[in-house]
Amino acid sequence: MNDLISYIWLIPGLPILAALALTFWPVAKRKGAAWLAISAMALSFVISLFAFGAVPRSAEEGVVTRLIHNFTWFDVGTSSMRIGWILDPLNVVMLVMVTFVSLLVFIYSMGYMEKDPRFVRFYAFLSLFAGAMLGLLIANHLLVLFMCWEVVGLASYLLIGFWFQKPSAAAACKKAFITTRIGDLGLFIGMVWLYGEAGTLLFYDAGQGCLESSSLRLIASLPGMAGMTAAATIGCLLFFGAMGKSGQFPLHVWLPDAMEGPTPVSALIHAATMVAAGVFLMARVHPLLTYPDAGTQALSFITWVGAITALIGALAACAQTDLKRILAFSTISQLGYMMLGLGTGGVAVAMFHLITHAFFKALLFLGAGSVIHGCHDEQDIRYMGGLRKIMPVTFATYGVGMLALAGFPLVTSGFWSKDEILHAAAHWHGHPAPFIMALVGAFLTAFYMTRQMCHVFFGKNRLQERENASEEHPVVPHESPASMLMPLRILAGLAIVAGFMGTPLFPWFQSFLEGGTLEWHGTALFHGSTLGLLIGSSALVLGGLIVGWWFYSSLVFDPLRDKDPLDEKLPAGWFATLRAKFYLDEFYESTVLEGARLLAMGAAWLERHVMIPMMPLFAFGTRIMSWITRFWDEWVINASFDRSCKGIQNQSERVSTAHTGNIQFYLQIVALGFVLLAIIWIWGGGQ
Amino acid sequence: MDTLIPYLLLSAGLFCVGLTGVMLRRNAILILAGVELMLNAANINFVAFWRFHPGADDMSGLVMVLFTIAIAAAEAAVGLALVISIFRHYRSTDPEILEDLKG
Amino acid sequence: MNLVFAIIALITLASAIAAMCLRNLVHCVLCLTVTFTGIAMTYLQLSAQFVGFSQIMVYVGAVSVLVIFALLMTRGGNELNLRDWNPRHWLIGLGTGLLTFGVMATGIFKSSLTRSAAPDSKTESVKTIGESLLNEYVLPLEALALLLTVALIGAALLAMPERKTASSPHSDRPQTKGDPTN
Repeated sequence: MNDLISYIWLIPGLPILAALALTFWPVAKRKGAAWLAISAMALSFVISLFAFGAVPRSAEEGVVTRLIHNFTWFDVGTSSMRIGWILDPLNVVMLVMVTFVSLLVFIYSMGYMEKDPRFVRFYAFLSLFAGAMLGLLIANHLLVLFMCWEVVGLASYLLIGFWFQKPSAAAACKKAFITTRIGDLGLFIGMVWLYGEAGTLLFYDAGQGCLESSSLRLIASLPGMAGMTAAATIGCLLFFGAMGKSGQFPLHVWLPDAMEGPTPVSALIHAATMVAAGVFLMARVHPLLTYPDAGTQALSFITWVGAITALIGALAACAQTDLKRILAFSTISQLGYMMLGLGTGGVAVAMFHLITHAFFKALLFLGAGSVIHGCHDEQDIRYMGGLRKIMPVTFATYGVGMLALAGFPLVTSGFWSKDEILHAAAHWHGHPAPFIMALVGAFLTAFYMTRQMCHVFFGKNRLQERENASEEHPVVPHESPASMLMPLRILAGLAIVAGFMGTPLFPWFQSFLEGGTLEWHGTALFHGSTLGLLIGSSALVLGGLIVGWWFYSSLVFDPLRDKDPLDEKLPAGWFATLRAKFYLDEFYESTVLEGARLLAMGAAWLERHVMIPMMPLFAFGTRIMSWITRFWDEWVINASFDRSCKGIQNQSERVSTAHTGNIQFYLQIVALGFVLLAIIWIWGGGQ
Repeated sequence: MDTLIPYLLLSAGLFCVGLTGVMLRRNAILILAGVELMLNAANINFVAFWRFHPGADDMSGLVMVLFTIAIAAAEAAVGLALVISIFRHYRSTDPEILEDLKG
Repeated sequence: MNLVFAIIALITLASAIAAMCLRNLVHCVLCLTVTFTGIAMTYLQLSAQFVGFSQIMVYVGAVSVLVIFALLMTRGGNELNLRDWNPRHWLIGLGTGLLTFGVMATGIFKSSLTRSAAPDSKTESVKTIGESLLNEYVLPLEALALLLTVALIGAALLAMPERKTASSPHSDRPQTKGDPTN
């Protein structure tokens, strides 16, 4: 099916067309709007499955075959702008995942956003987002990828601020956009530099692309900044963009605030897809980072940042009380893991965790949405509890997701994918600190997820103790409708099953992505470090679960009245620091934002006290200029013209005195002239 | 006479006198008289050259002179008629009064 | 230089100068007549008898009378010309005249043509003149006849008294039809 690649644009094209149609859709026809979006997404999913079947498998280890379709977009004079689509193992797995998760979220939103007045607009934004994300995935051209990147950012802004009447939501969407923009600056500089050196932004172009050996050889030989090669510097710059989009430290501050958006949005964008775009970008440009002579500084940078992010995210999640914010920090932490895997182990390791994370994080968010919906829009976990019996399906699926996230041994996908990362980190030839941080993070992940489960699903239900609840209007939680529960069930199944495609015994995923023959490694489990790591990480996870249960089991404390047990155990002030996200927001507020505010105030002062008083001055100056011009025109130009005319007149008057009208005078002059001519003629040589 | 020179000198002198008269006289009729004088001076020239030209039967000089006399007479008649006509209009024969072309 | 010719030449020149200088206009015309006679004498001295007598007949007889008639008709004789010479430009006129004479004299003296040999006796007869007129120069002759006719008619027309109509003096301008060749 080799011409599938030329129709691959349909995958993002259909949702974009749906978004366009939904922009003009009548507001009353909600069901129609939802089904339009869902059917467009379903079609994209089907095409993605076909694409999955069409991708060629390569039998050679380390060699990947790709389907490319490049074409000319437009011509400018003699040169032309060529862009293209690509279909290779890397993006086809993501295509399938993104279309599938989007489809589930679209179906889920039918129930969740039922009561919202801007229902149709919501689906328009969602389709726009989906189309842009898919376009990002199939792009073979860095600029096209960047354009889709920006549209994805825009859609995120629109969706986070969907309930813009809430001031916190409006602030959050602005924060998200600006923070990611800062990262995008690095991405843009890197892109321009890459274009300058390679001459093309097409990734693969029959040997001429910027990720192919001829360009890479050139870029790796050129010097970059701070002693790195150009390739490594470009890699770091591109990673800045990924830092913004994928919420790495220190640009992660927008992700917790992005939870102001509706929960389906959080599930789709800030768990499974958009935040993974950064990881995808780094995976896409991985040849640039791993070229033999390019230097490993970029990879080291990625690894360190990823490790720090993983740890910080996990630490902050331990002290949050908002249901979605715990999940947000968990996302930050897991993204850190992905970057760590990318830096130490390569594309397959990171992508494996990305795929499994997409499934179980989407599951967790949708489950959280179900909980919030059922608790009448309550998001504080201290007011929840005991939902295990009231919302059993939600509890079961959420439990599966939680175990997958924590990495419960052997049966969950999270276990296998996280183990790959730990394996890669352990065998990294750099500093051992990232590995240690990853281990600590694994422990903490299990811990805070248990904390959350205990608060939400176990113990006594505390919803009545909310401020707006009273005896007359009891606030009773309930289970969610079937349209919301169905996606939960599907995702729960996937969260378990998906892991088995990447176990060391049968590494289908790795061989699919990196090429190589697929065989059953029967004894792979029992190789030295592999087994040790498996057992060690299992121990960490179980330990985290046990400690969490010990602290937070409902038998022990009451969240509303007692202080958090962690707070009691830790030294004074540490819990507050964790709760306040390490005061990073306050730090940014006082430095960057304050600086911007000072600049704005300075500009306002300048305007009011310098510019405006100068206005009369300018007016006066203009009047002087016009007066001078008039003076010049009237007294110099006109006068000189008049004078010259008068001069001509005078001269002509003087000349005209020769016209006396006297015939005899004329005759005299004629005779005189004739005689003189005769003299000249005679003495001039004539005869 | 041995040479042409005396006759030619006479002719030249008469011509110049006539020219001066044309240029300086304040009466239109006398201007015409001066013109007649000039024509006659030219006639003397013709006759002198005829006399000194070899060729016994060549009468072309004299023929020219005859023609000149006739034409001069006709022209004098017409000119004087013009002067009279102008005199009737302007009541003066001074050529200075005809200054419509002045300026 | 022949004495006779010298006297004739002197008389002619003197009367010519007088004709141009005298104040009394009738005296001028009379001196002019003397000049014409002198010129006729010159013709006779040059053995051009027919032309000489023609000169007397035409100029002395007709042209002088014509001039006197015109003079009398324009009240020239009675007037006293106060400003006879043009006081403004008389220098140019005089200068030009002298200059012309100088140039011509120079030309005369320098030329070799004028030093040609003494002439053999040339006789002219009316017969030969008539023959050349009607054989070689018949065309100019006829043209001359036409010219005389036209001059006669023209002079008579011009000298006629103006028609007393109510139109302005400028209506005397001849009505010219548009020339199609222009």
